[in-house]
Amino acid sequence: MKPRTRRAVAIAAGVAIVGVAVGLVLKAFQSNLVFFFTPTQVAGKQAPLDRNFRIGGLVEEGSVKRQADALRVNFKVTDGAQTIPVTYIGILPDLFKEGKGVVAEGKLGADGLFTASQVLAKHDENYMPPEAAEALKQAGHPMAKEKFAGQGGKP
Amino acid sequence: MNWFYYASPATFYGLAGRLAPYFFLLAAVLTGWGLYLGMLVAPTDAQQGEVYRVIYIHVPAAWMSMFLYFIMACYGALTLIFNTRLSGMMARAIAPTGAMFTFIALWTGAFWGKPTWGAYWVWDARLTSELVLLFLYFGFIALANAFEDPRRGDRAAALLAVIGVVNLPIIYFSVKWWNTLHQGASVSFKGTSMHVTMFTAMLVMSAAAWMYAIAVTLVRVRSIILERERRAQWVREAVKA
Amino acid sequence: MNLWWKSAADFWAMGGAGYFVWMSYGALLLAVVIELIGLALRRRRALAAIEEERELEAEN
Repeated sequence: MKPRTRRAVAIAAGVAIVGVAVGLVLKAFQSNLVFFFTPTQVAGKQAPLDRNFRIGGLVEEGSVKRQADALRVNFKVTDGAQTIPVTYIGILPDLFKEGKGVVAEGKLGADGLFTASQVLAKHDENYMPPEAAEALKQAGHPMAKEKFAGQGGKP
Repeated sequence: MNWFYYASPATFYGLAGRLAPYFFLLAAVLTGWGLYLGMLVAPTDAQQGEVYRVIYIHVPAAWMSMFLYFIMACYGALTLIFNTRLSGMMARAIAPTGAMFTFIALWTGAFWGKPTWGAYWVWDARLTSELVLLFLYFGFIALANAFEDPRRGDRAAALLAVIGVVNLPIIYFSVKWWNTLHQGASVSFKGTSMHVTMFTAMLVMSAAAWMYAIAVTLVRVRSIILERERRAQWVREAVKA
Repeated sequence: MNLWWKSAADFWAMGGAGYFVWMSYGALLLAVVIELIGLALRRRRALAAIEEERELEAEN
């Protein structure tokens, strides 16, 4: 390859890479900067109700109900102030647990039921052995709740 | 100590050659210690189970991806401001290792996200901005090699590196500024939310990553110096036939 | 210090998450090996280029 051609190819590759990077940024900024909406935001009509979006919050204690056909599961997502009922058919991640963080993607029906096409578990940034977690729990430390509300929790 | 003495490629070549073996040795010892603590001694995690052990490479790799970019951009600034020769070569020497750590952070993140979150990849702000960092490294390498005159390549790539620095606070604060699937920081200036053995192991692995990055950069910059100055008399003398 | 694992098999299984853990550590090992080989090759090429220059000059 002649030096001039080599240079042209290299510059084209550089421009393409920068272009892809800018495209990714724009993609993220356009729709995903808000990765999920809290139930309070949904109640406040801030979520795009006409298309798919994600809701995030904690799985309400005692709300997980597995249906007879085994794969359908109903649960409620709460941020303490507002609660949204969710229905989902599929496999749940291992870390999906009552009282823990969850992010669900889907559509909100007119009846207020959120039909999820994907359910992701959101864990917190605490790392400790089970004995330590148990001890904290018995001391009545509502760690998961505080941490979850702490992130992106602008009303 | 005369800093300008070592800012000359000819003297730095010798210094880098003398220092590199010590950094490789430190990297090996620290990796051994860190893996022993993290993989063999540290307890399991209450939430995630054993899969959390990916943290011992994921977090050091992610930190290094940002540190190395920052240092690369600092050398870029030196190139642009003082037009020094060695700074351009140092930035070029750092870039491949920075890209490697960025890739490892993304890859290990995917293999950690699948069993915990339930997805290999999501387009949240943390993951997207880290992917942009990988493309910044690729763009730097491509731009640096796009010119016949290496010093023009140095300056063009330095400009990209300096502009790209805005991405660093975006990566770091993404989990605070926006809703993300990625959790918040476990380690901050205020302290940590990690068990002590886990935390120690992660710090030791981070130190190992630092030593490795320095060692590899020193070896790579020596090759770059030889490539650039292969016609110089001192190279003829330093590299005996 | 006490080791966490009861047996070597226990260690490799990683509580059922072995695939994900070892895919991560394996990728790091591979990346480091590739980088170190690349470093050695680059140094060899640089030295070869200097030899070439030297020979060219000797001829002239």
